[in-house]
Amino acid sequence: MKVLCGIGGSDDSLRALERTVDRAAVAGDELTVAVVENPDSDVAVEEVAKRAEEAIDEAGIDAEVRRVEGDPGSRLVDIAEREGFDEIVLGGGRTSPMGKITIGPIAEFVLLNSMTSVTLVR
Amino acid sequence: MNDRRYPETTADRFESPPIAFTDRTGREVEIRAYDGSAEAEEALVSMYTAFDPSDRAQGIPPGGESRVRTWLEAILADDCLNVIAWCDDEVAGHATLVPDGDAYELAIFVHQTYQEAGIGTRLIRGLLGHGQAEGVEKVWLTVERWNRAAVSLYEKIGFETSNAESFELEMALRLNESSDEE
Repeated sequence: MKVLCGIGGSDDSLRALERTVDRAAVAGDELTVAVVENPDSDVAVEEVAKRAEEAIDEAGIDAEVRRVEGDPGSRLVDIAEREGFDEIVLGGGRTSPMGKITIGPIAEFVLLNSMTSVTLVR
Repeated sequence: MNDRRYPETTADRFESPPIAFTDRTGREVEIRAYDGSAEAEEALVSMYTAFDPSDRAQGIPPGGESRVRTWLEAILADDCLNVIAWCDDEVAGHATLVPDGDAYELAIFVHQTYQEAGIGTRLIRGLLGHGQAEGVEKVWLTVERWNRAAVSLYEKIGFETSNAESFELEMALRLNESSDEE
């Protein structure tokens, strides 16, 4: 399967990265990790890209890490559709101190606009 | 998340628990602050494991006893404020304030058997009374937009919409005068 994993550095996106890389190692997915600019993330884009490279190396798979500039949600949808991806994978949202799950604006945009199937990792 | 807006005016005073009343179906209900006892915790576990999943909100209460226990452990911690609506020794409803930086996040659940009997309104007022007495200044919550009954209850109590841009509506209330502002 051709998988596009979009990450911006939030905790849930890094969890999604980990799970997607693990799955790719087992299932032989053709994986592209898109590093987007999430204004809600405290981690710098360079650092996020570095973590993605490390996770890929550790799993011993071959995957591309791509820096994506501009509006994260619309860019992810556009890349997935243009390049024929089968699935977009994103973090499953933040959890409040109470334990409530909140979906961020990037995931919300992708869910509502993508013609490609979307997986939110919990 | 720290740019959340709170109402300028402080909310009314709320009575603090214990509060006893008869619900709309004639059941005797008492609202009391959580006393930290194992019995109360077990009664909460019973209510939440029997809770209808269709009334879940943004993933809580979680499903299954072990997840319920882990979740309760977090929100029954010493720095949280919890209030329970008791009908005899059964939990009819539970409301909680969980610290989040300089504010508290609020959630309230009434078991399906006890809904639409006026218990929720009393319970949330009891929780806010407890919070006021404990010096809580700011409270926020999220609620699904389609849940008109809940939104109008929160509005009636004094909550104002603080963020309407995401899936869920975010609402906020000023419970006590802040020491650091105005």
